[in-house]
Amino acid sequence: MTTLSQPASSAAPVQVPRTASSAVPAATAGPSAAAEVIAFDISQFCLWYGARQALHDVTIRIPAKKVTAIIGPSGCGKSTFLRALNRLHELTPGTRITGSLRLYGEDLYAKEVEPVVVRRRVGMVFQKSNPFPTLSIAENVLVGLRLNGVSDRALLQQRLEECLRMAALWDEVKDHLNRPGLSLSGGQQQRLCIARSLAVQPEVLLMDEPCSALDPLATAKIEELIQTLRANYTVVIVTHNMQQAARCSDRTAFFYLGKLVEYGDTRTLFMNPANPQTEAYVSGRFG
Amino acid sequence: MNPSPFLPSAARQRWRRTKSRAVTVLLCGCAVVVMAPLFLVIYYLLVEGASAIDWHFFTQLPKPTGEAGGGMANAIVGSLTLLAMAAVIGVPLGILGGIYLAEYGGQRSNEWLRFAADVLNGVPSIVWGMVVYLMLVVPFKTFSAYAGGVALGLMMIPLVMRTTEEVLILVPQSYREAALALGIARWKVIVVIVLKTALKGIVTGVLIALARVAGETAPLLFTALGNNFWNHNLKEPIAALPLQIFAYAISPYDDWHRQAWAGALVLLGLILAINLSVRFLSRERNPAKP
Repeated sequence: MTTLSQPASSAAPVQVPRTASSAVPAATAGPSAAAEVIAFDISQFCLWYGARQALHDVTIRIPAKKVTAIIGPSGCGKSTFLRALNRLHELTPGTRITGSLRLYGEDLYAKEVEPVVVRRRVGMVFQKSNPFPTLSIAENVLVGLRLNGVSDRALLQQRLEECLRMAALWDEVKDHLNRPGLSLSGGQQQRLCIARSLAVQPEVLLMDEPCSALDPLATAKIEELIQTLRANYTVVIVTHNMQQAARCSDRTAFFYLGKLVEYGDTRTLFMNPANPQTEAYVSGRFG
Repeated sequence: MNPSPFLPSAARQRWRRTKSRAVTVLLCGCAVVVMAPLFLVIYYLLVEGASAIDWHFFTQLPKPTGEAGGGMANAIVGSLTLLAMAAVIGVPLGILGGIYLAEYGGQRSNEWLRFAADVLNGVPSIVWGMVVYLMLVVPFKTFSAYAGGVALGLMMIPLVMRTTEEVLILVPQSYREAALALGIARWKVIVVIVLKTALKGIVTGVLIALARVAGETAPLLFTALGNNFWNHNLKEPIAALPLQIFAYAISPYDDWHRQAWAGALVLLGLILAINLSVRFLSRERNPAKP
């Protein structure tokens, strides 16, 4: 874990090599590559808010331990799709779904599956950083474990340091872990939220435009963090920023009007899109 | 560039300024009229009551008619006892009801619940007294501290419920989502994250409700009844400041009138203290707001 935090502390200058490194595996392993472990296997997935259909027949296989970016113009259903991956959309009254959504073969929408368990496995980081205002930095990281019944102090302490290191925040906060989480800067708060999500050891980390409220430096740190997370986690990231998708993802899915228009290797999708709509979007002609 | 032809003339602008000044003066006058009663109340209570307040007032029982001195110690303790009993009933039920409204209730049921709570908030306090009289005094054949506490507690429930609901709704949805996304069970999210975030607002609401019922006289008339001595058994009548003030104020003795003023001053002081702590709490709350 100690080693994981090191690349992140060297901030922005790494940006160029990172772009290259993220493109390399994507170029070698296409979506059809054999022996690839699939995390989410989703087919014919539709979602309605009341009478309005927000997702139409989405069929997609999201690989494990890779970064998958979801891009598309506002209102195209990309956030809805992300929230459906851990059933968080169910908080909105009047939603319903059809189709199937499996994580490592298990139907997340089966009757006997508790949403609480789904969300333990599939964590989420939000657009706006949202540390719990009444909790300290340390408590914010550990709240998920504590409320899930972990009380072993040594384990909690160890997990606290591990997660803050993974989130590249340890060096900045280790001397004042008891300060309120809200005392941190915006970028630090977002990394705190990532540490908080990692603490419960989810299998998948969903990120809903995690950098859209951050400045470029803080964004660079988060993107770098995403690269280190890829070793252990499946990451699905929604982003408005196409450069960000190109920089830090292995796969990219383009959503438009609630439909999955194109999905493939990030490099292919950006350099040589098959669909004219994708081409128009990634070249900046609309959206 | 030519000036817009729609600009008002100089005379019109003067007329506008005059109107503006007149309305400002009018509004300022209204503000003064609104403030005046508060100062009048404090002024009269101080002039009439301050002289009767001494150490004995807080430590002694009322003296029989004709004897000088004496105090309202039993009424002060009685009021605090009644408030404590009211809080035991009103706070948990009110908070739980507020949680239901804010976190669980469906749209249809919430509309009815809110309507019911608002109607209850508007029920005249004497009606509460009569209802509790029929509920507790008649069957047990005695006025009692319990009956008084229940009357005040029932009045608190809708007050606490609505303020709890309002502050819970103010807690941003993003905290609930963040906590749920950690795989935390919903009730724990509500207790540990949502309630904790809204705690100061809830405490404020409880204090406001307490301040509101602390001065109530009518619901105590046929329940707690009042008592010139210490209450040693909550199944028996108990003294309360508003009751004692009422009894003394309608008496024919100057001595007792002074005591009534002093009692009113103490009651106002108690309510002022509660309101000041509310202000203190709500000021503290602002920086933590996201």
